[in-house]
Amino acid sequence: MKVRIKSHWPPGHIRTPAYLRGKIGQIERRIGLFNNPEETAYRQTGPQRELVRVRFRMADIWGARAERGEDVIEAEIYAHWLEPV
Amino acid sequence: MPHDHYDHEHDHSHEGLSPSGHPYRADNDTDLSYWQAMEIALRELLIEKGHLTAAQLHAQINAMDSRSPANGARVVARAWVDPEFKAALLADAGAASRVMGFDIGPMHLIALENTKEVHNVVVCTLCSCYPRNLLGLPPDWYKSRAYRSRTVIEPRKVLSEFGLELPEHMQVRVHDSTADMRYIVLPAQPEASLGLTEEELAAWVTRDSMIGVGLPQAPQ
Repeated sequence: MKVRIKSHWPPGHIRTPAYLRGKIGQIERRIGLFNNPEETAYRQTGPQRELVRVRFRMADIWGARAERGEDVIEAEIYAHWLEPV
Repeated sequence: MPHDHYDHEHDHSHEGLSPSGHPYRADNDTDLSYWQAMEIALRELLIEKGHLTAAQLHAQINAMDSRSPANGARVVARAWVDPEFKAALLADAGAASRVMGFDIGPMHLIALENTKEVHNVVVCTLCSCYPRNLLGLPPDWYKSRAYRSRTVIEPRKVLSEFGLELPEHMQVRVHDSTADMRYIVLPAQPEASLGLTEEELAAWVTRDSMIGVGLPQAPQ
């Protein structure tokens, strides 16, 4: 399933790497529910969030600068950072 | 320690250097930072109020320092000789490591299998997430900005600097350890090691091969 990482730039403790925001990838696997670090970093308690591993082609992240476009990066992204493509 | 350099061909100054020509590490004479002072204050309060003892604290530091890549190497060697264990490791690496008796705490672990077509390498671009329970403390380079930033941009160049040249047809998979998962690479077993015992094989599994910046090697 294709997803886009939201291109949001909120302040605070964010574990969505900047270089992946706005990029499109494929869901590699769903990992389960975890505390949301954006809240726990400030001792807030909120609902747990689904954590998803997303696979990105190097070409989709770095464009023509990629060493080899078909190499991939995989990262864990919380579901509230994903939007459908 | 005085030492002369009449026999040296070069003429630069060796003042302030060790006999072997290396600079001495500067003494730690600067003021405590805010957080260093906070750590000491918190530690002393916990001890004074009887929540823990200095001996308990140092026992924990000792336990953390004594974890080593030998733990991960045993997991990899088991996977090489036991196909059922390998399947369990790839399905749930945390559970499989616990079955082997490793206390990996609440860590969520994913094992990444290297094959003839795929090479995996692990990085944490945001900080220095690392499977310490299986590999011990991370090497300094793993925490450097250079490794953390370059591995997601030019992994092949980074790997070549570790002495690992990958053929063009292989896919490189970079795993950015961004959140709750920790990763261990399951390197492919070298052909030269086929037929060895699990214990012998563990000596072939290097720390770097479990991070993905190296390959297993015959013990020296």
